[in-house]
Amino acid sequence: MATAASLHQSRKRKNAVMMALCVIAAGIGLAWLALILGALLYKGLSGVSLAVFTQMTPPPGDAGGLLNAIYGSIVMTIIGIVVGTPIGVLAGTYMAEYGRFSKLTTVVRFINDILLSAPSIIVGLFVYELMVRPMGHFSAIAGAVALSILVIPVVVRTTEDMLNLVPNALREAGTAIGAPRWVVIRSVAYRAALSGIVTGILLAIARISGETAPLLFTALNNQFWSSNLNAPMASLPVTIFQFALSPYEEWQQLAWTGALIITLTVLGLSIIARSLTGRREDR
Amino acid sequence: MSAVSEAATSSAMRTREATVRRFAFTDMVFRAATRASAILVLVLLGGVAISLIAGSWEALSKFGISFLSTESWNPVTENFGALAPIYGTIVTSAIAIIIAVPIGIGIAVFLTELCPRPLRRPIGIAVELLAGIPSIIYGIWGLFVFAPFLQTTIQPFIIWLFKGIPGLNSLFAGPPYGIGLLTSSLILAIMVLPFITSITKDVFDTVPAVLKESAYGIGCTTWEVTRRVTIPYTRVGIMGGVMLGLGRALGETMAVTFVIGNAHRISASLFAPGTTISATIANEFTEADGAIYTSSLVALGLILFIITFIILALARYMLLRIDSRTGA
Repeated sequence: MATAASLHQSRKRKNAVMMALCVIAAGIGLAWLALILGALLYKGLSGVSLAVFTQMTPPPGDAGGLLNAIYGSIVMTIIGIVVGTPIGVLAGTYMAEYGRFSKLTTVVRFINDILLSAPSIIVGLFVYELMVRPMGHFSAIAGAVALSILVIPVVVRTTEDMLNLVPNALREAGTAIGAPRWVVIRSVAYRAALSGIVTGILLAIARISGETAPLLFTALNNQFWSSNLNAPMASLPVTIFQFALSPYEEWQQLAWTGALIITLTVLGLSIIARSLTGRREDR
Repeated sequence: MSAVSEAATSSAMRTREATVRRFAFTDMVFRAATRASAILVLVLLGGVAISLIAGSWEALSKFGISFLSTESWNPVTENFGALAPIYGTIVTSAIAIIIAVPIGIGIAVFLTELCPRPLRRPIGIAVELLAGIPSIIYGIWGLFVFAPFLQTTIQPFIIWLFKGIPGLNSLFAGPPYGIGLLTSSLILAIMVLPFITSITKDVFDTVPAVLKESAYGIGCTTWEVTRRVTIPYTRVGIMGGVMLGLGRALGETMAVTFVIGNAHRISASLFAPGTTISATIANEFTEADGAIYTSSLVALGLILFIITFIILALARYMLLRIDSRTGA
């Protein structure tokens, strides 16, 4: 009787200990997020001023801003999205609509999932071999292509998932009134899955706007204002990389401010993306 | 009268036929475009493999298989070997996984079993936001905040603690630089934590409620249900999540580049600076002069590509297995 009671006690104790450890684990996860965001806000906010958005990256030891880097990031992100999104949406469309049960879809889905988590520096090497070496120089367009390769798998994945959620009855209704397949896809399936597809695009923007590794040896960097797509172009992440590892205090401060800008952009985009799908789930 | 209506009907038939033909044609074009895009995804991966092999050919044909087993990395004598970066990559990723897996599973248990329902979604989102933070942010935070903290408090303490213990004292030998293998491992652990957590949580949700309820019904505690029912049921899925995290850790570039110290040598101490494959490429590629130097760096990329491809393929295979089970 006593042993049964003590066994019961020890099981309860063990349970309490393990559950406490789980709570601590969750606390650790949240604490990291708070620590990183706190450090970013603390160090980054002190450097935020109008000059950051209106002046060029300075030479060592001078004050300046991040205008050319911000511009470069925006330009390359836009080109990357414009190139990558149609390919991704079309590929996702094939997988969910025309070839839902085909062998090709299974293979593409598997390969796409691998591309989704493949190291981005490998993509940088690929574009270096593909574009930079043949052209003989670094260029913004090579950077944009590298980013578009990172966009494609994200968009393919979300497009396929979202189109698969569209009820077949909707498609059948479209076909029943005589609409050809592509009209059904365009006017019924796309429309029903729109918010999901947009979410995928937003997540893709969030992913590439902080990517550094694929830009290091494709777009390189540029100390000056440049809008020439065929020349090296500055970008926010690469500038942060260069400035943070420099010994100059002004550069390090700009790196922190740039890091804050990127983080807020990325977090903002992913929160918007999440609220889009969240609303859909509730409905 | 009838001739007119006949003509009208036949012209209507003709436009109708033309319309149908046009529809069929557009449909064919659209279908071909979607199919071509899907195939392009395959071509991309094939292109990556081919371009890496082509770019690394010069180094591989010069150094042969000994490229994998040579520690020396000397741009002056143009003698390159991949052993130190491979060692650094594997050690940092392994330590990161060892740290992140128990914490990740703990958070998943917390989210599925303990967390009050209204808090579940916000906490889940917060953990996933950690996954969205770009790696360069972890890098700058690691270099300016985390490494100095380790250097001044944690590392001296650990060195002092293990001073007299053989084995451990060389594993944690000083001086405390702050940056090094262990710092990189800790940053990597933080970075892969969200991936492991969210996948573990997803596979925990696939456990049929009936299984858990019957265990609770015979008087099991929450921990016993987790340990004896939930985890065995979802083992394959958890392994898939762990492999996915491992794949991320192996290829992670910027965060590691900031805090690893970029030293091409293999040291017994985890506090010593080292390097990883991706950090070496990121640091040296634009400065590499000479074809053989560049080619050796691309060869490093090829090795990384092969390792991560195998790991990620295994991860996907395991996750597919648990998907097909819940689908059936």
